[in-house]
Amino acid sequence: MRFWLGAAVAAAMAVCVGQAAADDIKFANIGELSGAGAVSSTNWRDGATLAVEEINAKGGILGRHIVMTNYDDQTNPGMARAQMQKAIDDDPYVILGPIFSGMVKVSMTLAQQAEIPQFIGGEASDLTQLGDPYLFRTSYGQQASMPKIANYIHDVVKAKSVAVVWVNNDFGKGGRDNFTKEMNARGIKIVADISTESGQTDFAADVVKAKAAKADAIFVYTNEEESARFLREIRKQGVTVPLIGETTLVSQKVIELAGDAANGIRGHVGLSADIPVPGVQEFKAKFQKRFNYAPDHNAIKGYTAVYAIRFVTEKKLGKFDRKGLAAALHGLTIAPEEEPGILIATTWDDKGDIDRISFLAEVVNGKQQITETLPKLGKQ
Amino acid sequence: MTASALRIAACAVAAVVLIAAPFGLKPYGIYVLSLWAVTVIAAIGLNLTLGYAGQVSLAQAAFVGIGAYIAALLTTNGWPFTAAYVLAFAACFAVGWLLGYPALRVQHHYLAFVTLAFNTLVFLMFRNEEWLTGGIYGINRVPRPELFGVSTASPRAFYYFCLVHLVLVAAAAWWLIRSPWGRAFVAVRENPLRAAALGVDTRRYTLMAFALGAGLGGVSGALYAALLQYVDPTPFSLTLSLNLLLMVVVGGSGYFLGPFLGGAVAVLLPEWLRFAQNYYLFGYALVVMVLMVFCPTGLIGLGARLVKLLPKQTAAAGKPAP
Amino acid sequence: MFTDHWSLITDFLQLLVAGLATGAIYALAAIGFTLLWQTSQTINFAQGEFVMLPAFFVLAAMNVGLPLPAAIVAGIAASVLVLGVLFKQLVVDPMLRHGVLPLVISTIALGLLLKEGVKEFYGAEAQSFPPLGADLNVSIGGASISVQSLVVIAAAVVAVAALQLFLAHTRTGRSMQATAQNPAVARILGIPVERMILYTFLINAALTALASILVTPIYLAKFTNGEWLGLYAFIAAIVGGFNQVRGAIVGGLLLGIVDNFAAAYLSAAYRSALPLVILVVVILFRPQGLLGRLEERSV
Repeated sequence: MRFWLGAAVAAAMAVCVGQAAADDIKFANIGELSGAGAVSSTNWRDGATLAVEEINAKGGILGRHIVMTNYDDQTNPGMARAQMQKAIDDDPYVILGPIFSGMVKVSMTLAQQAEIPQFIGGEASDLTQLGDPYLFRTSYGQQASMPKIANYIHDVVKAKSVAVVWVNNDFGKGGRDNFTKEMNARGIKIVADISTESGQTDFAADVVKAKAAKADAIFVYTNEEESARFLREIRKQGVTVPLIGETTLVSQKVIELAGDAANGIRGHVGLSADIPVPGVQEFKAKFQKRFNYAPDHNAIKGYTAVYAIRFVTEKKLGKFDRKGLAAALHGLTIAPEEEPGILIATTWDDKGDIDRISFLAEVVNGKQQITETLPKLGKQ
Repeated sequence: MTASALRIAACAVAAVVLIAAPFGLKPYGIYVLSLWAVTVIAAIGLNLTLGYAGQVSLAQAAFVGIGAYIAALLTTNGWPFTAAYVLAFAACFAVGWLLGYPALRVQHHYLAFVTLAFNTLVFLMFRNEEWLTGGIYGINRVPRPELFGVSTASPRAFYYFCLVHLVLVAAAAWWLIRSPWGRAFVAVRENPLRAAALGVDTRRYTLMAFALGAGLGGVSGALYAALLQYVDPTPFSLTLSLNLLLMVVVGGSGYFLGPFLGGAVAVLLPEWLRFAQNYYLFGYALVVMVLMVFCPTGLIGLGARLVKLLPKQTAAAGKPAP
Repeated sequence: MFTDHWSLITDFLQLLVAGLATGAIYALAAIGFTLLWQTSQTINFAQGEFVMLPAFFVLAAMNVGLPLPAAIVAGIAASVLVLGVLFKQLVVDPMLRHGVLPLVISTIALGLLLKEGVKEFYGAEAQSFPPLGADLNVSIGGASISVQSLVVIAAAVVAVAALQLFLAHTRTGRSMQATAQNPAVARILGIPVERMILYTFLINAALTALASILVTPIYLAKFTNGEWLGLYAFIAAIVGGFNQVRGAIVGGLLLGIVDNFAAAYLSAAYRSALPLVILVVVILFRPQGLLGRLEERSV
């Protein structure tokens, strides 16, 4: 009897859920909708959904309706590969996600073999070094954002020594490795290398270590909640040296959770919903209205990815051609004048890395304020 | 039809279904079935340790991880896969033996805690020792094995590769359980003091069960590495150990087919229930709890009870069922 | 030179206070854990989630419009009902006659259920939680100590002292102790054993609710809070002595302090390893824990 059960289950799995009409164009979105990456991937998915809804309201791409199917990889590599395979079996036009770099690594080969363009949210530097012509980023890789922040620390803060506080997952370690490389290149000494755990709640010991190192500045590279806890603890212990971070540190979520402890932190922001670019502000309002919460940078990544796909397919190709899409995107710059949905002018290079202007921000009185706009890394 | 004839027929049907399944499934379905097969191997190992020998182990994920890393490191450096998983089995058997030696002196919940600690420590090592394991970045592009010149890279080929291993492991486990060793395991599980009083070398038998369970975890890990073609530390945490434990118990701890059914519930059912989306894990936990209340011997136990309730076909006819 | 020594002392004080504050939370969770084991052989693998959940009851009460003090009372009441009464009637009682292992499995599943439930029905993102004390710092010996940490330590001390008084000096308390030591004899003596066991569940729920309210302002309310907390509660209970409430207190405080000092002065990447190693060493070489009594194995 139990064999029948197992057999029935196995056979039933072949049944597809959610058939799209023959004329629709399919997008597959794979994300960490549960598990550790839930918050980032939910933002990404909702940003992409907003873009899809807007485009469909105006008639779709080349007259065809977009149907986006979401696949949850549960922040587990085995599941990520399974969901990628499932998505590919459905013959999508493009694949969006994953966001977590580990999930990208385990699944990207399948998309590459199937020759389907893939727009990822992952920021680990090695993802674009693997020779996959179908992989495209939607935000700075860590190898691009770290030089910018290193320049800031060297030129503006003029620190001679830095303490690094990082979260021990692939996001944090990748950031710390790239950061360390950039610091060494500029002759700034790293006097404390403090690893923390994802989900860590008690930061007293880490603050004590950071204080004892007597650095000129402290670079904080952890996820949002841990950043908030760390900031509260470090303010509590009365530390006054500059606290510098990246997009996650100066984000709205951290400001909300850390309260007053967030004031005075500075950072490099690749993308955020609070930058003073009119298109972004409009996006933020629309998103807030549609989903009832404020978007973070992952939402912008999802949104712009869909519009980039639309632009290239409609304006550059005039037809649905996966290989053509990938080829056209290499070396292409899309400006908001041509495609408002791209929000900020974006360039993709031949490896799939992205180049955009970015910003320096500071938290003043509980709000993120942009203090400077940084130019693109490559040629204008 | 006698009971054993029925059983043989059912086995044949199951074999046919498992062999034919890939032809009716897309690559995704084949992948999930392969994952089921690989997970069941680890669950069979845990069933030996827990179900038959009565030792609560929360370390199985660590052994799966050790097997996976050994296989990944060896195959990415050109070693043949056969060597990789033999080594994985041997290494995990040895580590299991070494761990069991001190750990099995304590009972039940204490053993659970020691194995829990071991699992977490091994996970930390996987993550921190970048020079050996690639740390948090993992080991990418693990090749799939080539057997007698035939590549197993395609989903279907690799599925059969996993299936063959599952059959081999299941056969070995079946033989072990039917042997005097197996009976000794059960004696130790039911009443260790009495078994000792009867002259059974309880220590050696529990150690053997524990080490064998660990070794099977290693084999499972080696196959897992080739299935995903990417190994990083994240899957080998306590969560997997707990999941394997739930699998064995839900399927039916101490029953031969328990791991098969438990694996189906843990690996296949979530895919079936995808429509439940976010509520899947919530539902799974609820099912486990309800199952524990009404049938702590697991689904197989439930099946056994239902079978007992069927009207008997013996000559004592005329007596109506109560 | 003098400043260096001084900053060493302030650092030490900082770590000590932080360690005592977290240790107090571990102790509260460990005491309940130990009580449940002593009286009803229940190993509650969901104890961490028992500390995570009450904060969400309070937040839900506040969402409905209750002011903080009322919300806290409502939260504790809800916890005692759900994590005390319902837990015992629906999960523990049906399972106990099947043995320890099915109960362990059930509590593992329960922990997962509570975690996923909060994630689905409340939200996956962390929420801030109002602190009991003011959000201030005081300076003690040059170290900046937050009032919140002191409140946590003080509240835990008061709760534990009250519990000890209750157990030692009231009739019900002594009956509970008798039940823990030998239920059969207690029954013969006319003690309503079932009711005593129920009381331990209620006390456990109250203790974890208190721990939740004390610690969530610092940790932020998130569905994953229970994971490490639960593990540390087990370690504290076992290291201290699984059959002694005093042991749970000592174990908790010790663990909190050791964890903080190890993180500051030893490897950060292996920070969580030290408590685990201590656990293994204690189980293997002194299974009764630092303050416990050796349990006999029955046939």
